[in-house]
Amino acid sequence: MNKPEWMKNRKFVTGIVITAIVVILSIIGTFFTPYDPNAMDASAKLAPMSAAHLLGCDNFGRDIFSRIMSGMGTTLIVAIGTVLIGVMGGTVVGAFTGYYGGVIDEVLMRFNDAVLAFPSILLALVFISILGSGKYNVIIALGIVFVPSYARIVRSEFLRCKNMDYVKSAKLIGVSDLRIIFVHILPNAYKVILSSVAIGFNNAVLAEAGMSFLGIGVQPPDSSLGRMLSEAQTYLFIKPSYAIISGSMIVLMIFGFSMLNEGMEEWSDA
Amino acid sequence: MKKRIVSILSVFVLATLTIALGGCSGDKTGGSSKIVVGIAQDLEDSLDPHKAVAAGTKEVLFNVYEGLLKPDPDGNLIPAVAEKYEASEDGMSYTFTIREGIKFHNGNPVTAEDVKYSIEKSAGMMGDDPLISAFSLIKSVDIIDESTVSIVLSEPNMEFPSYLAMTNSAIIPADNENPDTEAIGTGPYKIVSRSPQENIIMESFDDYWGDKAYIKDVTFKVEANADTIVMDLLGGSIDMFPRLTTTQVSQLNDNFEVYEGTMNLVQALYLNNSVEPFNDIKVRQALCYATDIDNILELAFDGKGSPIGSSMFPSFGKYYMPELNDVYTYDVDKAKELLKEAGYENGFDMKITVPSNYQPHIDTAQVLVEQFKKIGVNAEIDLVEWNSWLSDVYTNREFESTVIGVDASTMTARALLERFRSDADNNFINFSDPRYDEIFDMAVSTTDDAESTVYYKQLETILAEDAANVYLQDMAEFVALNKKFEGYTFYPMYIQDISKIKPAAAQ
Amino acid sequence: MRFVLRKIATMLITVLLVSFFVFLAFQVIPGDPATAMLGTNATKEKVEALREQLGLNRPLMIRYFEWLFSFFFGDMGTSYSYGVSVRSMLAGKVPITLSLTLISFILIILISIPLGIETAEHEDGIVAGIIGGLNQVVMAIPPFFIGILLTYFLGLVLQLFTPGGYVSYKTDFFGFLYYLLFPAIAIALPKAAMNMKLLKSSVLKEAKLDYVRTAYSRGNSTKDVLYKHVLKNALIPVITFLGMTLADIVAGSLIVEQVFSIPGIGRLLITSISNRDYPVVSAIIAIVAFIVIIINFLVDILYLIIDPRTRG
Repeated sequence: MNKPEWMKNRKFVTGIVITAIVVILSIIGTFFTPYDPNAMDASAKLAPMSAAHLLGCDNFGRDIFSRIMSGMGTTLIVAIGTVLIGVMGGTVVGAFTGYYGGVIDEVLMRFNDAVLAFPSILLALVFISILGSGKYNVIIALGIVFVPSYARIVRSEFLRCKNMDYVKSAKLIGVSDLRIIFVHILPNAYKVILSSVAIGFNNAVLAEAGMSFLGIGVQPPDSSLGRMLSEAQTYLFIKPSYAIISGSMIVLMIFGFSMLNEGMEEWSDA
Repeated sequence: MKKRIVSILSVFVLATLTIALGGCSGDKTGGSSKIVVGIAQDLEDSLDPHKAVAAGTKEVLFNVYEGLLKPDPDGNLIPAVAEKYEASEDGMSYTFTIREGIKFHNGNPVTAEDVKYSIEKSAGMMGDDPLISAFSLIKSVDIIDESTVSIVLSEPNMEFPSYLAMTNSAIIPADNENPDTEAIGTGPYKIVSRSPQENIIMESFDDYWGDKAYIKDVTFKVEANADTIVMDLLGGSIDMFPRLTTTQVSQLNDNFEVYEGTMNLVQALYLNNSVEPFNDIKVRQALCYATDIDNILELAFDGKGSPIGSSMFPSFGKYYMPELNDVYTYDVDKAKELLKEAGYENGFDMKITVPSNYQPHIDTAQVLVEQFKKIGVNAEIDLVEWNSWLSDVYTNREFESTVIGVDASTMTARALLERFRSDADNNFINFSDPRYDEIFDMAVSTTDDAESTVYYKQLETILAEDAANVYLQDMAEFVALNKKFEGYTFYPMYIQDISKIKPAAAQ
Repeated sequence: MRFVLRKIATMLITVLLVSFFVFLAFQVIPGDPATAMLGTNATKEKVEALREQLGLNRPLMIRYFEWLFSFFFGDMGTSYSYGVSVRSMLAGKVPITLSLTLISFILIILISIPLGIETAEHEDGIVAGIIGGLNQVVMAIPPFFIGILLTYFLGLVLQLFTPGGYVSYKTDFFGFLYYLLFPAIAIALPKAAMNMKLLKSSVLKEAKLDYVRTAYSRGNSTKDVLYKHVLKNALIPVITFLGMTLADIVAGSLIVEQVFSIPGIGRLLITSISNRDYPVVSAIIAIVAFIVIIINFLVDILYLIIDPRTRG
């Protein structure tokens, strides 16, 4: 048996396979789907699964498989956008407060505590009511909401690092604070940030689905997994497969990503 | 090993224990002196009948309040709080005799003062703006004696009595200081309690003057999530839901009788005539040509519903003009041509605002989006809560387009057509055509019925030809009623009369 | 003691900050409550008069302190949309959401702690393997999806409960608890899965430490070591986790309420946000935040009891 090291890690392999399928399907889904995901066909209303429509059709005769593909794309974009905003904002805030400490740190951390006291979806709801609903506003709202949790993680990493020898010696030879923060300390904090990205990503998928489910996220006729699940509730009696499929895709996305993350952790621990 | 089984078991034992406990108490008895009616929206505007705006509010309040007159299921006016009335020969004054022994829900008798107060309040003579614009005709409300009231008009009006049969002109006690929250009327049901976003509980009124309601307890349950309505009907947590889509109906089982009628609504894509690009008649016409009503009916309504071409629906008999349905026949090329003439060769972006609690309107909007794509118009749907719709779209007129159904508050053509006068308060689409205003004035001032009908028809034609809105249909109404009950009665207006429903005869 | 005092002080500051955010957030939201209240026939003068009457024209800080002060004395203002006091609107609904949250919380503990310990004790067993694998999947399911699955399989197919058939706690308390059990399961399952996993790894980590070996070498039985020594220390990260998930559980309740048509504060919150009914929204958000803050405080105190080392 001459397997490369990473293939022995079962979690990692499972994770990477599932995530790859999800990502590839959604990338293809942005450019090409078997049917136009919004095209309606009166003759195919609630059509069952068949060769023509792999997963059947919804109440407007829209192809569910195509909608799932484009819906996953929407969900993925929202999640990526959210994590980007959250990580960047959080890193900047956490780096500065952790490095400088003092009054700003104290104030920002109290602010952080205050924000963390709200369930994130509640906070996002408030932002949405200010910004209005829609895909991009969901990204902004969730992104802002995720800033404090990243800030906290990065801050503690900076607190740990700022008294280390290499930082002290950099200071001695007169390196500027900005350079120390971004060139010296930040690269050392990447591991912590990376693992929190994985958790953040899953939270973002969940939050997007939850908000679209409540009808304040992605607007119809655009598809997103949460939105489809919400619509599928009406057809639970005559077409339970609709709800089960769209829900399962959310599960698959989250499952794949957390497997990937755990696999990576195990790997780096070993 | 043993320990493991015990602890895993304990979880399940706990779960089953609770299940068993609940099993005996959760049992429901099929008592039919109690009915739960699902409604799509809470009564968010007001419990004060004179301030109720939404059709969905008025249809519920119909059971609580009555005017001097009220409509019957055939659309005729019948006496209610007034026992009888007389019109003066010149049509300038109407004298009403208050029904003997009629009482409010609080047990107090209805007096001439109450009638005077109510009419004056709804006519805006106490500072509020009248919701019924025809009430601006009222010159005075005079108490003749303790059971007689006379209303004097500033100019003759033949349709005046029909305005007294509306929820907006209901008779309420003069001494109720909080009509917004405390609902006291004379109707067959009285409100017992309400819980916002949850329910309104009513009880039949024992001292009702007319045929008493069959069912004692009525709960109107707010079903703000359209996706759970079918589940709640089948599960038995609601017994009746008045406005279902065909897809929802198709999922019901044998326990339900489905009554089919018409909604008596003008469903349209209402266009804000004062914003670009809808201020251009060619653009509006292009949208009309691009709309395939049959396709909408087929996709979203299983083919049910009657197409309409103007602000008038079939149940209005003599005023309805079926020929207006053919003013714009589905023609994509023609639509494109018109857009080109209007300077929108490459189409444009537009927004359709839809209240999120009305599945039929959401479905319609989704089909419209697809149809408009074919002429290069990129429409986007914006779902808003009902109250936001009321304030943003209806009051502040800050919208581009909206899919909604507009009802008639009285059985008169005026009720549907007055809102398109350029200066009407409720002209939320900002329609403005001097010809229209002129003909409208002639229609309401004439005392000759045939003549006014001709004028009203001209108005309908103007709305169609100007493409004021993209007129769609009068939707089919499907009422699901659990077979424990029977006797659902349709009105030619937007009304739910619960007092006519009775427990089903034993089988 | 100094530690407790410091915690109380930070808690109060957080409460103050939270309340200020809540208040501020609804000052910047577009849309004027006066217009929303007056409805369809409002004139400019009337809107202005109502703004004056509602005190909307006064300085921000004055309104904030007034709001905060009356809030703590139970006066949460009057709803713009319903014209009744916010307190009376919430009085019947907060207990429902709170019960749901509480039942979910209890379920999480009941499910996760026994399973966590068992799977740690028999780390390599088949049962532990199956549970562990299942656990990974359950963790990834959003609560509202579990809710839909329960509605379908337990509600419609097995008819264990009536979907949408919420029973008020005033009429039938056990019926109420029974109905809430299903949404509570939906909320609890993913969190219980996470907690179980955490507990398992925490127990395993703890078991490798020196003091455990010492305990064994002194001839204590496996069970003794596990329950007397390991568990106490292993519970610390679990408590942290439970405290942290509390906000999520509340949020989960707000969404799952929609699936099961439960008339808690969830629906009221969502409609009130779009109705710009500031008094209702700020009251709900403030209540939720205060509950979370207070429980986090209790968690901090609990640490102190379990592990005196944290005393700083």
